[in-house]
Amino acid sequence: MKAKIIITPKKAVLDPQGKTVQNALEHMGYTGIGAVHVGKYLEIELTGEEKETARKQIDDACHKILSNPVIEDYRFEIE
Amino acid sequence: MNFAVLQFPGSNCDQDVVHVLKNVLGHSARLLWHKDNSLGNTDGVIIPGGFSYGDYLRTGAIARFSPVMQAVQNFAANGGLVLGICNGFQILCEAGLLPGALIRNRSLQFRCEPVFLQTATLHSPFTNRTPAGKLIRIPVAHGEGCYFADSDTLAKLKAGDQVLWRYVNAQGQATEQANPNGSLENIAGVCNQARNVAGLMPHPERASESILGGDDGRVIFESLIHTLGQKAAA
Repeated sequence: MKAKIIITPKKAVLDPQGKTVQNALEHMGYTGIGAVHVGKYLEIELTGEEKETARKQIDDACHKILSNPVIEDYRFEIE
Repeated sequence: MNFAVLQFPGSNCDQDVVHVLKNVLGHSARLLWHKDNSLGNTDGVIIPGGFSYGDYLRTGAIARFSPVMQAVQNFAANGGLVLGICNGFQILCEAGLLPGALIRNRSLQFRCEPVFLQTATLHSPFTNRTPAGKLIRIPVAHGEGCYFADSDTLAKLKAGDQVLWRYVNAQGQATEQANPNGSLENIAGVCNQARNVAGLMPHPERASESILGGDDGRVIFESLIHTLGQKAAA
């Protein structure tokens, strides 16, 4: 199994990277560009068999270390 | 006083802090490796600047789970004085010992320059020796020093007099231009509710001797030493 985790800055948090990318895209002539949010993508290979156990562990790890709940949101899937 | 200065893989201001505490201020200071799980005989802990664990994942995210930080958690819970400088501030926020978080500078630039700080309150073990009204000129050197806290946390910080330092201009005004990183309300450093743990982004250890261009940073260490002296005498 594999966990695929996406971590993004919370909407209320200033995201200067996202803003800079947005400006660059607009400057390059791409149209219809709205707000850009730059986050992180993690892939974790899992050796266990139990999907539910893995889900609980990944959720715990996301909360404790992989993301910072003060400034980031996370979501993940296990496949 | 006996100070413990933590050392993680990637710390780079540890020796400077030890130098100031020992050679400039005449106290005892020793380095503690991140794998140490006891602080030993320690009156105060300084978490120095640098790039602990390469800043991997997020600044301070890995360091907070190191064995030495578990010991610091216990030390702080028992009222021990802990000061985090730059990366040390980031670690303390990640560890939940200080509220809020430090994110990428608004400019996206690494800023390395002297700044002026206004001491927002003299009522803390880290600021109590600051002459009233004196602006402190010390350097910043960071890429991720933009202080963020949600509005509830910010309100609590202000109500509890927990903002210790703000970035200001030479006239003492907290303007946008004087803010090197986009921190909320020009916040440069805060303390916890119990007032025994504090962090700041600027580097007092780099400005504690006039030969280095200024010794305004000394007052932060002197406040800490003064407070520990009072505690010892009590």
